[in-house]
Amino acid sequence: MKRIALLGMPNTGKSTLFNRISGASARVGNWPGITVDLMSAKILIGGHIAALIDLPGIYDLHGFSEDEQVVRHFLSNNAVDLVIVLLNSSQIDRQLSLVLQIKKLNIPAVLALNMSDEAKQSGITIDADSLALSLKMPVLQMSAKYGDGLPKALEAAANIINLNVPASNPQLISQLLQEDNQIEQEMQSLIQHCVQIPTTLTNNTTDKIDEILLHKWLGLPLFFFAMYVLFQFIFTVGKPLQDGLAWLLQLFRNNALEPIFANSPHWLSGLMLDGVYTGVATVAAFVPIIVLFFLVMSMVEDSGYLSRAAFLMDALMAKMGLDGRGFVMMLMGFGCNVPALMGTRIMRSRPMRLLTMLVIPLSLCSARLQVFIFMITALFTSQQAPLVLFALYVTSFLTMFLTALLFQGQFKNAEPFILELPPYRFPTLRQIVLRGWLEVKHFLVRASKFIVIGVIMVWALTNFPSNVPPASIGTFAGQIGALFAPILDPLGINNQLAIALIFGFVAKEIVIGALAVIYGLQGDALMSQMATQIDWVQAMSFMLFALIYTPCLSTIATLKNESKSSAFMWLSIAWSLGLAWLVSFFFYQGARWLGF
Amino acid sequence: MQLLSQLKKGEHAVISGIEAEEYLFHRLSALGFRVGKSLSIIRRANFNGPIHVRLGTTDVILRSAEAARIHINNLSD
Repeated sequence: MKRIALLGMPNTGKSTLFNRISGASARVGNWPGITVDLMSAKILIGGHIAALIDLPGIYDLHGFSEDEQVVRHFLSNNAVDLVIVLLNSSQIDRQLSLVLQIKKLNIPAVLALNMSDEAKQSGITIDADSLALSLKMPVLQMSAKYGDGLPKALEAAANIINLNVPASNPQLISQLLQEDNQIEQEMQSLIQHCVQIPTTLTNNTTDKIDEILLHKWLGLPLFFFAMYVLFQFIFTVGKPLQDGLAWLLQLFRNNALEPIFANSPHWLSGLMLDGVYTGVATVAAFVPIIVLFFLVMSMVEDSGYLSRAAFLMDALMAKMGLDGRGFVMMLMGFGCNVPALMGTRIMRSRPMRLLTMLVIPLSLCSARLQVFIFMITALFTSQQAPLVLFALYVTSFLTMFLTALLFQGQFKNAEPFILELPPYRFPTLRQIVLRGWLEVKHFLVRASKFIVIGVIMVWALTNFPSNVPPASIGTFAGQIGALFAPILDPLGINNQLAIALIFGFVAKEIVIGALAVIYGLQGDALMSQMATQIDWVQAMSFMLFALIYTPCLSTIATLKNESKSSAFMWLSIAWSLGLAWLVSFFFYQGARWLGF
Repeated sequence: MQLLSQLKKGEHAVISGIEAEEYLFHRLSALGFRVGKSLSIIRRANFNGPIHVRLGTTDVILRSAEAARIHINNLSD
């Protein structure tokens, strides 16, 4: 199979081009010599089947960022038949260096000049033919976003592929990459001969928008307002979708699955319905939120606003060892931790990304909110309720800041904060939808197995041994609860609540359901029963623990996938459990000491 | 001679030197920071936040710490 690599600087529309060529057939894959996953797709080109690989966007083949190393290691370990270099036409004066670096490696290449429409608007004219003659490679102007010029570019690529020149020799490339070269001068002379750039750019729409969005005092309020609107959009649209999906899944269970398993042994129907099927439903519940989240995120990202958010928030975030882009993800975590963790992929520095991923699970997500509202309604008056909820949100923020401050030494960010501000662009619908679809696929492939197995385990713990009532003190879960009693008693968390916490490990959504099973009561009856069994100090301690300890199995699965490190996953679990215990302990003992 | 980090909004300057370790130097030069290039300050964020710089066709934001590595000749004086 032929291999074609797609290379370009960040913000040149490389992913857009990749998606346009590959459609929805792209998948994530591992490659020799590198530790990160790259997107690739099988495409038909010039009568050959070829793998098209989307390399990370880089500024410089000789640079030292993680992405630049990934590209170097990829080329030094994998033979490629063709490199398609994608440049942003309006910045060709700067970006041409990448083409020259590839040319030095003697890999067959095609140069695609993207965003030719934008360049034209700015008054930049590029003589593609003379550039092609000087570079000795096909040069084609195109628009990845609208697809103009793409057939010609693919034709040029097919012609090279059909020549069947031997693929690049990774060892040779590895040697060549070590030599430094004199690209600067060559670039200057090419630009002088083939490109005309007006002294002042005529496209100033972006400047006008920036005057408002990056305004000294209005910028931040506008940013928070925009975040609030997006947040509301995701969750007001997402909630009915999630409810509808849950209703459908329940309908399927009641009308199709339960009759099927009606006559099978109790353990089998339990395993299939409460174990496997509940697991599937848990996974499915995330799909609408992930789709919506990435619809919105790709809009924010592709429009160019994300780098502006970084500009606005950086002064504060830098103190915590994070940057402004991490803040957007932290905010999104208050809706749902899972897509927020996936969204940290926009951060290119691994230490900073890990630090952000350590912080996100501490945000009070909407699933935890359900638990808190139930507990608060059961144990507090309606005057106290808003204050209690507010206190929980404040605690959430404080634990996030504390975690970032404590761990910023371990996850020291080595990348300098230098970001390009791309002009504002309208993302196309196709771009947005494709992104949402790919992310969901990614989540389903990576996380579903982990989550289903976890749900089955909790089902088994709460249903065996089978001679005692499910979720009672006699089950394995109850025994574990009793085992942890010496640890949980100082927090005022009794055995029943401890079992609920074990359920809560799967998903916070099922904590209330679990309490209903444990107490054998529902709704108001459950609330009044709980009010007689525990007092407000215990309830608050339980809520603090539920707020800080591991959010849910899906979050853990995502943490593991995104960090590609079990050690990091365990660190996150251990840290959040430890912190949860400490906070609850000090709260409970402190409140008791004060006489409450 | 001044540092890029000392420039105010609206000022123009020419880069006279870049003092950075190889890693930072590469990143800066890939984004267009090279000796002899002219630039202007579009805006500065509050609370000593990032600086928004325009070089030719490219807009870049960077922190003061990194901007302090770039020596410039101020053209606005």
